[in-house]
Amino acid sequence: MTEMVFGAAPARVGDPILPRWWRTIDRWSLTAVMMLFGVGLLLGLAASVPLAEKNGLPQFYYVTRQAVFGAVSIVVMVLISMLSPAQVRRLGVIGFGAAFVSLLLLPIFGTDFGKGAVRWFSFGFASVQPSEFLKPAFVVACAWAMSAAQQPAGPPGRAISFGAMVVVVLLLALQPDFGQASLVLFSWGVMYFVGGAPFLLLGGIAGLTAMGGWIAYHSSEHFARRIDGFLSADIDPRTQIGYATNAIQEGGFFGVGVGEGTVKWSLPDAHTDFIIAVAAEEYGLVLVAVIIVLYCTVVMRSMARLTAERDPFVRLAGAGLAAAFGVQALINMGVAVRLLPAKGMTLPFVSYGGSSVIASGIAVGALLALTRTRPQGQIGEILGRRAS
Amino acid sequence: MIRTPLRPLARILSARERGENPDAIERENIRLRAERSAERLRRSAERRLYVMAGFFGLGFLAVGVQMGALAASEPVEPRLASSGPAIVAQRADITDRRGRVLATNLLTHSLYAQTRDMVDPARAAQELAKIFPDLDPDRLTRQLTDGRSFMWIKRRISPEQMQAVHDIGEPGLLFGPREMRLYPNGPLAAHVLGGARFGTEGVHSAEVIGVAGVERAFDGWLRDPANGGAPLVLSLDLSVQSAVEDLLDSGMKMMNAKGATAVLMEVRTGEIVAMASLPDFDPNDRPAPLLKGDASDSPLFNRAVQGVYELGSTFKVFAIAQALDLGLVAADTMIPTKGPLVWGRFKINDFHSYGAQNSVTDILVKSSNVGTARIATMIGPERQRDFLTRLGFTEPTQVELTEAPTGRPLLPAKWSDISSLTISYGHGLSASPLHLAAAYATLANGGRRVTPTLVHGAQPKGAGEQVVSPEAAAQTLAMMRAVVTRGTASFGEVRGYRVAGKTGTADKPRPTGGYYDDKVIATFASVFPVDDPQYVLVLTLDEPVETSGPEPRRTAGWTAVPVAAEVIRRTAPLLGLRPEVGVEPEVLDGVTLVRN
Repeated sequence: MTEMVFGAAPARVGDPILPRWWRTIDRWSLTAVMMLFGVGLLLGLAASVPLAEKNGLPQFYYVTRQAVFGAVSIVVMVLISMLSPAQVRRLGVIGFGAAFVSLLLLPIFGTDFGKGAVRWFSFGFASVQPSEFLKPAFVVACAWAMSAAQQPAGPPGRAISFGAMVVVVLLLALQPDFGQASLVLFSWGVMYFVGGAPFLLLGGIAGLTAMGGWIAYHSSEHFARRIDGFLSADIDPRTQIGYATNAIQEGGFFGVGVGEGTVKWSLPDAHTDFIIAVAAEEYGLVLVAVIIVLYCTVVMRSMARLTAERDPFVRLAGAGLAAAFGVQALINMGVAVRLLPAKGMTLPFVSYGGSSVIASGIAVGALLALTRTRPQGQIGEILGRRAS
Repeated sequence: MIRTPLRPLARILSARERGENPDAIERENIRLRAERSAERLRRSAERRLYVMAGFFGLGFLAVGVQMGALAASEPVEPRLASSGPAIVAQRADITDRRGRVLATNLLTHSLYAQTRDMVDPARAAQELAKIFPDLDPDRLTRQLTDGRSFMWIKRRISPEQMQAVHDIGEPGLLFGPREMRLYPNGPLAAHVLGGARFGTEGVHSAEVIGVAGVERAFDGWLRDPANGGAPLVLSLDLSVQSAVEDLLDSGMKMMNAKGATAVLMEVRTGEIVAMASLPDFDPNDRPAPLLKGDASDSPLFNRAVQGVYELGSTFKVFAIAQALDLGLVAADTMIPTKGPLVWGRFKINDFHSYGAQNSVTDILVKSSNVGTARIATMIGPERQRDFLTRLGFTEPTQVELTEAPTGRPLLPAKWSDISSLTISYGHGLSASPLHLAAAYATLANGGRRVTPTLVHGAQPKGAGEQVVSPEAAAQTLAMMRAVVTRGTASFGEVRGYRVAGKTGTADKPRPTGGYYDDKVIATFASVFPVDDPQYVLVLTLDEPVETSGPEPRRTAGWTAVPVAAEVIRRTAPLLGLRPEVGVEPEVLDGVTLVRN
């Protein structure tokens, strides 16, 4: 009767979006990313004050800006993480095209902000660094090409992705931006490795690299001096590394106290490349350990979840995104503790920077979308087995 | 490799028999093959993903461990690892014989500018000029803005000045630590110590190198890290040095002299207990050397070592000692002293006539030129030159000062008969007061050669060439005692210390030739106590004149001797000598004194 009076109750088609998202998302990684963003704001309160004072702005100008960018970034991340892998792939490939074109246009419309490298488009209120956005899009596009190569009678995707990688790396190296170039190279390498690179080839590349380094060390005095300078135990205290090392030592296990740090006043890049030194000085090893664990959580959980993935595209793209995210954090912190030679690289979500934080949001959003729990063909497997 | 056919003939035939489409079999096989391939790839990717995750885990772990290691290590003051030889900044202290510090190091700061880091060079220059009045703000502004990146502003600044520069608040003004040489006693023993200056300078340290005196003579030793910071112990005694300088200064003023010098030496070892030269200077703020005029007018000039003078009658002692040693005369041999003594074109006269003849003792006591010259004729020029050479008068002294080689005695070009006559009473041969002190110490040391030194405990006692027989030396000393008791040096008697000595008043030579008749070098060379000689004191006044009498008196007996007596009176107790009061040995000079 009720149906006759009120009509049939509308049937729900499929799951509601948000609950399904919440059920299938990697909540650990999501939490870790949120916490990283919080840490970034907390450190920004300390590290960006000198920059604001230097530029004659209100003390917490950059913190406010970072909070706004962060909010945008989180919204973007959540939205992207709701996409299906196919949507991620489409958006990624389109985005790669757009970012590639804007990268090509940089020498014409870009600006160098007086830093000697043309990396930015300036829009007055904000500036955009296309290479930040290029990175996740490049990973997705390359993963698409490589996974297509795994299909029977598929296109030569590996060769295509290799060509794209070479072009992008060259473009970035010409800016010059060797940091981003090495990240692109590394994430392509990870995808190639996960996508089943022959061990003979990998061994050959490793051997060639080692031999090239050996030859360079013994033939180029400049190169040798750089390496010796890095390997020697003495630190020139006037360099950024010297200040950072001193800050970490000053901080000890529990830090010198909130706002008591001094390194942020002496390091020009305290709010970006060396923010981990600020964290170590003011909050001590405790906060640094927390940060490391957070990054580790995102990378390890993503990789672990991808091992069960059947879709080669999802597997490759996810591995590439996780690797790019993890290695960026690893290089940034490795430089600060002098495990790696100095290389300017931001700490994702923690360092100040609008482009950086939004691009990181996009990359991690895509990673979360790809690592969502999906049926991995178990039913089909059972059916297929029965059929055979 | 066994290829599995996509269309196995048996299955195709049986399917055809059953009327099925054999293509389905092929599609099925293709699907299975693709699935197997995908599954193989997935397994490989799974392993590789675990490997990647492991690598990342190790990477993060390494960063964490390194962070922990850094956090656990103590922050050390960052030190710049410098390439090339590091500047050795630490310089050993210099002390006197009792370990009292004569020279040490003090940490100060130098001020320099890194113009790249400067915010407001013009204001900084103005503020700096307020702190350092000798800086010109306009010139400083120009220097700070002419594009150079680095500039020294001040070599040494005091803590107050450093604070004032801090308060300017200019980030481009920086301080470098400087170890500065400090002479805490000011001008005391200035000529011995010399001075130091900065050598090679860096931002973090500067080399300190000696420029004169023992600082330069022992520069290598003082900077040698192998000594382990052991100080250089000089033979000087700070309190004696202080007393000598004090008295010499007041004596010089009282006698209206333009310069003065004194050397107090230990007889047995040749160690110089005090050496003073006036005018002096402060080695902390060493004056610039004179660029024109006479170098001996500079306060830097060490009269005791560098100054060579005709030392006058003090040389008579050597002629008599040699004649006694050679057995040519005895103490009571009568020598004709009637002047003038004519030798070729030269006439030798006395200050005033001392009678027709005198004993050798009286020749010394009255200081007769004629009598000494007659004794010199007995000796002859060759033997005289040989004797004076053995006493050290023909070579510069070997004392450990950079200036020592410049104190080269002036010898006659040809040691003729007439030279030998004039040299016997101290003209025609110029030597430094230190030469004289060493020669007197040799006589006082029983005739054994004494070499002067400034280093405590450097030389073994009593080792030295026998220049004069001990008997001749003792007789000469007894005559010198008579010079004090009843001769020209009667003001030199110091109760209880039995001083022996010989005066010398030499006219100063004109630079143009000949001699001034109103400018003299007055010297008193003394030995005390005479019956057990311990110390030699040579005191020289440059151009003294004593004006308390009706006419100005310039002879050493009126000028140098009273000052020297005062020096002995003050320093002998400091040197640990006990005065012997009341018991005067009766026979000293072969003449029996009748006590009344």
